[in-house]
Amino acid sequence: MRLLTHNMLSCNIKGVANGFPLRLEAEKWVEKEVELNADFLRHIFPKIEWKALAGAARAVGYCELPEEADAAMLDSEDFLRRFHHALLEIHVEEGALVCPETGRGFPITKGIPNMLLHEDEV
Amino acid sequence: MPRPEVQAPPEIFYNETEARKYTTSSRIIEIQAKISERALELLALPNDGVPRLLLDIGCGSGLSGETLSENGHHWIGYDISESMLNVALEREAEGDLLLADMGQGLGLRPGVVDGAISISAVQWLCYADKSSHEPRMRLKAFFGSLYRCLARGARAVLQLYAENMDQSEMIMMYAMRAGFAGGIVVDWPHSSKARKAYLVLTCGPPSVQSYLPKGKGEDGAMCSEDEESDDDGNQTVGIYDRTRPRKKAKINKNGKGKEWVFKKKEQMRKKGYSVPPDTKYTARKRKAHF
Ligand SMILES: C[S@@+](CC[C@H](N)C(=O)[O-])C[C@H]1O[C@@H](n2cnc3c(N)ncnc32)[C@H](O)[C@@H]1O
Repeated sequence: MRLLTHNMLSCNIKGVANGFPLRLEAEKWVEKEVELNADFLRHIFPKIEWKALAGAARAVGYCELPEEADAAMLDSEDFLRRFHHALLEIHVEEGALVCPETGRGFPITKGIPNMLLHEDEV
Repeated sequence: MPRPEVQAPPEIFYNETEARKYTTSSRIIEIQAKISERALELLALPNDGVPRLLLDIGCGSGLSGETLSENGHHWIGYDISESMLNVALEREAEGDLLLADMGQGLGLRPGVVDGAISISAVQWLCYADKSSHEPRMRLKAFFGSLYRCLARGARAVLQLYAENMDQSEMIMMYAMRAGFAGGIVVDWPHSSKARKAYLVLTCGPPSVQSYLPKGKGEDGAMCSEDEESDDDGNQTVGIYDRTRPRKKAKINKNGKGKEWVFKKKEQMRKKGYSVPPDTKYTARKRKAHF
């Protein structure tokens, strides 16, 4: 799972009012280089919850994102490179996503978060 | 062979043996790719070369996602079968995979996704696999969450194999209730084998974008030989010969009752069967004869 996906996921348990962001507990992650596409970064930027991205990046040891970001920064090569790296090049392999409201953990194994809910959570 | 959906729940039906076919059967691979390409075409994303964030619901082995990746898009795949997802890992699917049940809702923030495809998966929601499963609630949760996570004007293209008209009407109804506009595009409607139905849904009020394209072969054109082929992953033979017992219809001590018979007769009429008219004798209780 890349941080792009982490940034979109929200806890789905019945009755949870604010399931975002899921706290990322990363035990193992890998980095895979992919080509930077500035058009995609500009397209997706308005949909990104920046604080959650910066927080998740720190959870995997990447601290090069600014605390806050606005669209004007998309003109900077340097910013784009960091944004790209955090969003698309880090893959969380093992760990968990934790619901901020209930503390329920969703384990991540082989890069795949298990988001299946128990019957009483639906 | 009965439909896969009545044999076992999806996480059981799509076991290792079934999942393996998605790497070994060239026909399954080819047909999955073809349907996915068509679904992507029907998504009608802006032709500007900008990669989008898409969903693949029931992503399985990642074959359908591969089509999305080849076209430069990022995707998040949902599947309920670990065996299928393991095959996706083996194939090094480029999208992010989630082990999840679409009938529980997608669990995404609102308005973040640019489009969604689903290949031969959504009809699974029409079957109650656990006592806690209520197909209507699951359809509602699925379409509601799909609608919310899509950006305004974005589309979802769901190719599905409904078992009958009632089922496709039920699926359509829940899509509309969630707020979607759109309809069904049928490719090759005159061929029983190549026929493919795509639910093409647009998020938000009807607009220029929500026009419905024509199905292939609607004008009576013939499809090519290979499109006629049968073995498309839905009709593959499962290893389970046990037929899963269907939920029994509730029968009271007076039998199914007049209303039930009238309803069934009406349904059959709608499907075009010739059915005797309803009279005072219809569904009348018979005297016990010895
Ligand atoms: C015909 S396969 C599609 C395969 C996929 N398109 C591919 O390229 O491999 C249907 C898939 O839908 C999945 N599925 C069925 N019910 C589901 C549910 N409730 N939630 C998520 N996935 C489901 C099955 O596990 C299966 O992998």
